[in-house]
Amino acid sequence: MEIEFRNINKTFGTVRANIGIHFSIPAGTIQGILGENGAGKSTLMKILSGYILPDSGEIYLDGELAKIENPADAIRYGIGMLHQDPLDFPPMKALDNFMIGKPGSLFPARREAERAFLELRDQFGFTVDPNSYVDSMTVGERQQLEILRLLWLGVRVFILDEPTTGISAQQKEKLFLTLRRLADNGNTVVFVSHKLEDVEALCDRVVVLRRGELAGQMTPPYDTDRLIEMMFGKVIKLDERLPCSATDQLVLRLQNVAIDDYRLQIRNVNLEVRCGEVIGLAGMEGSGQELLLRACAGLVRTVGGRVIVNGKDLTGKDTHSFMRHGVTFMPASRLEEGLIPGLSINEHFILTGEQKGVFIKRDKAKSYSQNKISEYSIRGFPESRVEALSGGNQQRTLLALLKEELSLILLEHPTRGLDIESTIYIWSKLKERCAKGAAILFISPDLEEILQYSDRVIVFFSGRVSPPLDATLTNVDQLGQLIGGKGWEEIFEKEQVGVSNAAQ
Amino acid sequence: MQHNEKRWQNLGFQLGAVVLALLLTSLVILAAGAPPLDAYKQLLKGAFGTKMNVADTVVAWVPLLLATSGLLVTFAAGLWNIGVEGQIILGSIFTTGVLKLLQDSPLPPAFIIVLAVLGGMLGGGLWAVLAGVLKTFGGVNEIFGGLGLNFIATSMTIWLIFGPWKRPGVGSMSGTEPFPESLWLPTLPGLRLSIWAVMLGIIALVVIYFLLQGTYFGLKLKAVGNNPRAAFLLGIPTWQYMLLSFFLCGLFAGLAGSLQVVAVYHRLIPSISSGYGYLGLMVAMLINYQAFWVAPVAFFFVALNIGSIQLPIALKLDSSLSGVIQGSLVLAVLVVEGIRHRLLRK
Ligand SMILES: Nc1ncnc2c1ncn2[C@@H]1O[C@H](COP(=O)(O)OP(=O)(O)OP(=O)(O)O)[C@@H](O)[C@H]1O
Ligand SMILES: [Mg+2]
Repeated sequence: MEIEFRNINKTFGTVRANIGIHFSIPAGTIQGILGENGAGKSTLMKILSGYILPDSGEIYLDGELAKIENPADAIRYGIGMLHQDPLDFPPMKALDNFMIGKPGSLFPARREAERAFLELRDQFGFTVDPNSYVDSMTVGERQQLEILRLLWLGVRVFILDEPTTGISAQQKEKLFLTLRRLADNGNTVVFVSHKLEDVEALCDRVVVLRRGELAGQMTPPYDTDRLIEMMFGKVIKLDERLPCSATDQLVLRLQNVAIDDYRLQIRNVNLEVRCGEVIGLAGMEGSGQELLLRACAGLVRTVGGRVIVNGKDLTGKDTHSFMRHGVTFMPASRLEEGLIPGLSINEHFILTGEQKGVFIKRDKAKSYSQNKISEYSIRGFPESRVEALSGGNQQRTLLALLKEELSLILLEHPTRGLDIESTIYIWSKLKERCAKGAAILFISPDLEEILQYSDRVIVFFSGRVSPPLDATLTNVDQLGQLIGGKGWEEIFEKEQVGVSNAAQ
Repeated sequence: MQHNEKRWQNLGFQLGAVVLALLLTSLVILAAGAPPLDAYKQLLKGAFGTKMNVADTVVAWVPLLLATSGLLVTFAAGLWNIGVEGQIILGSIFTTGVLKLLQDSPLPPAFIIVLAVLGGMLGGGLWAVLAGVLKTFGGVNEIFGGLGLNFIATSMTIWLIFGPWKRPGVGSMSGTEPFPESLWLPTLPGLRLSIWAVMLGIIALVVIYFLLQGTYFGLKLKAVGNNPRAAFLLGIPTWQYMLLSFFLCGLFAGLAGSLQVVAVYHRLIPSISSGYGYLGLMVAMLINYQAFWVAPVAFFFVALNIGSIQLPIALKLDSSLSGVIQGSLVLAVLVVEGIRHRLLRK
């Protein structure tokens, strides 16, 4: 289906999210949408999929004016969207979720739905189990489920809002194959992303939005520098490796830590984390890195071994005790676990800031928030509710909420949904904290990011935990192998050599 | 400019809701075979016709004010404290208990009243904590827990009135033996209205307003209510806050029940809570949990209740008409709110 945007405008209060957007997408192509955080990408996509109405402008589908007033209309036109932040993961079976929104019968035919589910699933080589529960699925699996659902609804235009943040390289590869196939079958795919290499690898054409306006379009061959310039209005150089600021003082010590989960077991983890150090945890989603990270925050109970923070044994303590000892944890799901929808940015800073007395000092709090907002260049106001911020700006808010005095910072996907410029900036901020003595453990599905910013890397493979590898001595290929379960004997041998060398 | 426009828009929608509610009720009145305008006139007369009517309306305003104020706390924490009705009842029971215990003691009456009121608040608070404990530790949804506890509270009243606390001779539906006048909260001459009770009601509302708007405690409650998981990760002890919000609501509900005894009935009667708890839930929903609107809307609601007492005599209409109006109002507001959401979604 060919899609044409004609002069789309949308404002939220004083924010002009889309200004006179005008371009078209031919049928059977994969269209990339680029733009910095808050550029208006999600807004435009939500307009196309009926979640919000534009102030003015029209959408033409195959040359005919479309009246899209709600998501159901969009589905009828064959337009479906995978959201940037799926809002709720109900404790519901995949199959039930699959059947939601299918018009027609009051008593849905489960049998038939299941057949369709399995057929579509096998057709695309997906792995989701119709009887697993949505809330226990990985982001990648939820994506697969959502794609299946849309296919079953007869959707021919697939909008994916930042689908590659939060999924592993393997899942990404599979997703790209799927999208290619969808496009080859004559469907239209709209792909929103911050990752230039993804867009360049996948998309047949690209448009760039900047501050609500269409900044430019490009078809292959892509000129990366030119794209970056269109996105940010200036040239940005990817950063050099930042220096390691590790000292000899220990922040965290894990001794023979064991963790049990219903799907995997982790045994005998020994780790010493020093002040100022950054350790990246790599692994396919659900390989155990999330569990270990949460165990370091007291959010997952260890079944053996000891967790020692700043010389204090906190084994078995709750997360609030960990917090009192300078540990903080930042979850990946920002609107479910990180931020509180309904509360403003200002109120978030009040909650996490210093609290003296009974009554809130609003004026003081507001000027503090104002400072933080400009420090982290959050596009929003102290009064803005967090759910009204763009994805990237929510992420910045989360990071801005980290307290000043911290000794151990645990981050799940710290730069999820951030544009290149902000990623670089946020990491410089985090490194500043390291220079002040904090240690960082972080999970990222992006191996490049892990190599770029960590001093040491730990790899996870279905509950197995590698010894820490020196980030300057390993590379994407090796990490990729390890994540896939290959080459493990080698590193253990090397480790032995390393240890005996050190002993000499 | 933008702001103003929005305010007018809101006002428009709210007026629309009221008109819709009036239409609905008028239909009901017509169906019952009475002229709507007359019915409304009678309602007004019943609520405000004489000095006595006005006083009665104010008397009824107090417990509704207290119950609604308390409910704002649990609503802030995201909790549906249906058990508020039972918490009012427990307030009455505890107060009656303390009064019975101390009425023959040499303590000064004023002191006994204070103790009785405090006892009532504690009773309501504990009953609420019970619902909270059932939720946080027993995994019982507070709506079901609350309903169960309400049922127990009502049965307990009946049992006390016909059992241990029955009047000399034989127990009766008219309640326990009335307390001596020295143990009544002083009222205005010739009226049932106690200035003390009204003041307590207003103070409670003001306290709640500032608690929710201006304190760290209130903000944390709101955080817990909107996203308990994130609130916990931000360092707020979630279940403790939930229990505390139950306790606070129970205190206010208990105070309402207590005042029903010391200021209005001077004894325990079977329907001592008079449904003010449920009515409070309706008011809270209607005003979208904004403390600012509690006083006027609660007043309007009790005015309907008191006004409708006249209806059976004047128009042969049942006095439950007030309930119809209140119910349609809440429904109309919710419907209009839904429509507004759809229209303004753009
Ligand atoms: N519901 C809303 N209410 C108010 N402002 C909004 C709302 N939704 C979006 N905005 C604002 O509109 C602008 C564009 O937001 P949008 O979500 O489209 O950005 P985006 O390009 O998707 O950014 P990101 O890459 O960070 O996800 C932002 O400044 C955002 O704060
Ligand atoms: Mg977005």
